[in-house]
Amino acid sequence: MRIEAVNDFVIRFANVNGTGSASANNMFSKAVFRMGVPVSPKNIFPSNIQGLPTWFEVRVTEKGHLGSRGDVDFVVAINGQTMRKDYDSLLPGGYFLFDSTKALPRDFKRDDIIEIGIPLTQMCIDNYTNPRQRQLFKNIIYVGALAYLFDMEFEVLTNMVKDQFAKKEKLIPPNIGALELGYNYAKEHYPNACGLKVQRRDNVGDSIIIDGNSAAGLGAVYGGATVVGWYPITPSTSVVEAFEKYAKKFRIEDDTKQNKFAIIQAEDELAAIGMAIGANWNGARAFTATSGPGVSLMSEFLGLAYFAEIPVVLMDIQRSGPSTGMPTRTQQSDVISAAYASHGDTKQVLLIPCDPAECFEMSATAFDLADRLQTPVILLSDLDLGMNDHMSRPLIWDDERKYDRGKVLTAEDLDNMKERWGRYKDVDGDGIGYRTYPGTHPTKGSYFTRGSSHDDYAAYTEDSGVYEDNMQRLVKKWDTAKDLVPKPQIKYRDENSKVAAIFYGTSAQASYEALDGLEAENIKINTCRIKSFPFHPDIKDFIEQHDTIFVIEQNRDAQMRTLLINEFNTGTEKLQSILNIDGMPIRARRIKRKIERMLNGENVNPFTTANSGKEVAA
Amino acid sequence: MSYLKSRFRHPESAKNDLGYTKANYEGALSTLCAGCGHDSISNSIINACFELSLEPHKIAKMSGIGCSSKTPAYFLSNSHGFNSVHGRMPSVTTGANMANRDLVYVGISGDGDTASIGMGQFMHLVRRNINMVYIVMNNGVYGLTKGQDSATADVGSASKKGVPNMYEPMDLCELAISLGSGYVARSFSGDKDQLVPLIKGAIKHNGFALIDCISPCVTFNNNNGSTKSYEWVRDHKEATGTFDLVPHEQEIKVQDPEQLHESVKLHDGSVINLHRQPGSLDIKCRESVLSALEEAKQSGQVLTGLLHLNSDSQNTHEIINTSKRPLNTMDEADLCPGNDLLQAFNQSLR
Repeated sequence: MRIEAVNDFVIRFANVNGTGSASANNMFSKAVFRMGVPVSPKNIFPSNIQGLPTWFEVRVTEKGHLGSRGDVDFVVAINGQTMRKDYDSLLPGGYFLFDSTKALPRDFKRDDIIEIGIPLTQMCIDNYTNPRQRQLFKNIIYVGALAYLFDMEFEVLTNMVKDQFAKKEKLIPPNIGALELGYNYAKEHYPNACGLKVQRRDNVGDSIIIDGNSAAGLGAVYGGATVVGWYPITPSTSVVEAFEKYAKKFRIEDDTKQNKFAIIQAEDELAAIGMAIGANWNGARAFTATSGPGVSLMSEFLGLAYFAEIPVVLMDIQRSGPSTGMPTRTQQSDVISAAYASHGDTKQVLLIPCDPAECFEMSATAFDLADRLQTPVILLSDLDLGMNDHMSRPLIWDDERKYDRGKVLTAEDLDNMKERWGRYKDVDGDGIGYRTYPGTHPTKGSYFTRGSSHDDYAAYTEDSGVYEDNMQRLVKKWDTAKDLVPKPQIKYRDENSKVAAIFYGTSAQASYEALDGLEAENIKINTCRIKSFPFHPDIKDFIEQHDTIFVIEQNRDAQMRTLLINEFNTGTEKLQSILNIDGMPIRARRIKRKIERMLNGENVNPFTTANSGKEVAA
Repeated sequence: MSYLKSRFRHPESAKNDLGYTKANYEGALSTLCAGCGHDSISNSIINACFELSLEPHKIAKMSGIGCSSKTPAYFLSNSHGFNSVHGRMPSVTTGANMANRDLVYVGISGDGDTASIGMGQFMHLVRRNINMVYIVMNNGVYGLTKGQDSATADVGSASKKGVPNMYEPMDLCELAISLGSGYVARSFSGDKDQLVPLIKGAIKHNGFALIDCISPCVTFNNNNGSTKSYEWVRDHKEATGTFDLVPHEQEIKVQDPEQLHESVKLHDGSVINLHRQPGSLDIKCRESVLSALEEAKQSGQVLTGLLHLNSDSQNTHEIINTSKRPLNTMDEADLCPGNDLLQAFNQSLR
């Protein structure tokens, strides 16, 4: 039985990195999107520039399930190194497209799949003379073949080629030629061979396709960031590259052609955040972007910014740890190290986006919050969100919006003050003092910023009482933050249900899909998507309203569950983990299966993966 | 502090061009040991800023951690100060400088803060040529942790503990010269006639300016056998020459016919007049300076004064083409592209 589906399947491209496959695969993905069908592409790549295996998975999903589904219906097997694994991992009834220039090895003997052989290498040798062209067009040829097999609108693809090469017009005819070669070969040799189809729909609305890091970088441009200190590290590098690209587009002075931004590539992550802190101290909005190893290195500085109360924005694009871990694989495993970053008693504000639109919004908002709260704000994204393209609602900016620079005194304010000003004096009862920028006033408002213990007037103190009062004021400020950070997204499928799920960031899409599936079976699970730390009190109420709560996240140690129990001092019994740590985005099908078994009372481990990435038995 | 600093000043104290007396440039009472070289350097900074008639609030005092890094509390009370983390003042100052290019940045560090924990940041600060004055209060010893050798201690030099240092010292001036700094000086906390003009020149220099100032630690490293003691440095220092700084092309004073004279014009129109004996070191040539430093070291001398000057250097803002307007003065109108452009951007992603 072959798999039959319209607009609902998963295709996996197995390539070798550095061969130009990414742009061809993206072309396929975008073509599905342009036919009005929601799509979710995932790039699974090595920490390497050329020659190692890379996969690109495209989920065609009419219903708009943008998380990872799990399982593969169609494989495009271009990489000999991984062909065995790709062959074996295909679902029964699935399709295996391979380069038939060489026959499949004899031990490839599945009789439950459909093999589609296309002599890609031979076709390239016959049609092109230049070796680089032979390599690049091989990718375009299989995209052409897919267009036939899935019955796609060929014109959508040719228009994409025209868009892509608008500035290099002479590349248009050969690319369209390669698409036609593949299309015609498949048409001639594999008529009606494939039961998977892409049909035009009107299901993408005004959505856009963008990666989270580009959206976050653009959010920083809109949010008014001017200074960036950074050190390259996968998967955060593209945040700063995006910031630079958009700043060069939008932030050049008309008359002088000079930059209204300053980007410094630092010598390491310590310097990167030091620069961001120095700039914020001096009244510019500044940020840095990094990943787990960088957060470790930055933690001393995060403590300084916390204690000396200096705004700073840090974008942590998480990857698989610990240590170097799997640098090109995703994970949500910096939750605790970010939330409590630095020695001594510290707590850091976290914002946790789940899609590119939130990356954009939270990136811009992070600067307002950092200024308002005079403390670090960490945007906690991850590799899956940051580096993969996602279908997202469009980005919007309210032109009436003003930057909230927080409590900053001008020279005039200082002149009008009747009482003595103290940098750390809590005059409003919200735990936040008034700051001044250097250079504000000739004789008033100067102070000494320090990471050592200080009194209300920023003077050094070793007075126990003064120290303690200051530490308690920071707790008051933390409480103030609870009402300023984004509220959780709580959804009741059934007001009376005692079963719930909590998740955040990139675990959200797959979780919603799994729970939709369960709802179709009449299992109604209420949900709370956490968007920030400190936790909003609504989360505590949500926990108290339910008896069983699945906490779905992508790390080994159930870090968000730990954080919830620690902060609320409740939930040890009823918070049950569902975890994914294989470096791939968490899959909806596996979440669903795991919840079903747990609700059945089966004694199962919390992991949706086991045994080095082998699929959990159905 | 156990007692308060007297605020009484003579009513007829000299005033500078801004009408300020030195009191406007002073700070809190020092809590360093009596006789500490660092306090003399603080005084020289006060004098230099007073004599240049700088607006105190347009100066930012930056430091790391250590005895030296505490000193910004003891001068320029009307300036903002930032006592950051150990060895990281360079990055914090880099960020601050990017945010507002119009302030004068005076960085204070020590030999531990710069030559050990902060060496990486120091070197990158120099190569980026951040426009600032960087003063190392160099005593060859860790004071706050009670007397360990630092990375600038000379081989064989012994602190109060009596054990001679076994490792090669870092020469911060040689490093800064080789990394392209256009203003590099070495001085001695006990020689304010030399130090004050050096600080003034460093402030006027466009780009990174280093003053490695030997500043004896009276408590842990002022004993016989130490090469960073008052006595040893007095006996072994040798100056490259003298110079005057003439702000904004004022009249140049009468020159000594026995000496060679050369005027170097700085970025802001100020002039440095160099005076030296015929046949002595030409500080504009960095190769000669590096070998002179090595030769002095061989003969057990400490070469002091302005060691290298290159007035053509470009600071970081000039290198990366930042707006002349300080970035921290820009608001939504300057920075936010607005929704129309965002909608056009969305369209490009469909």
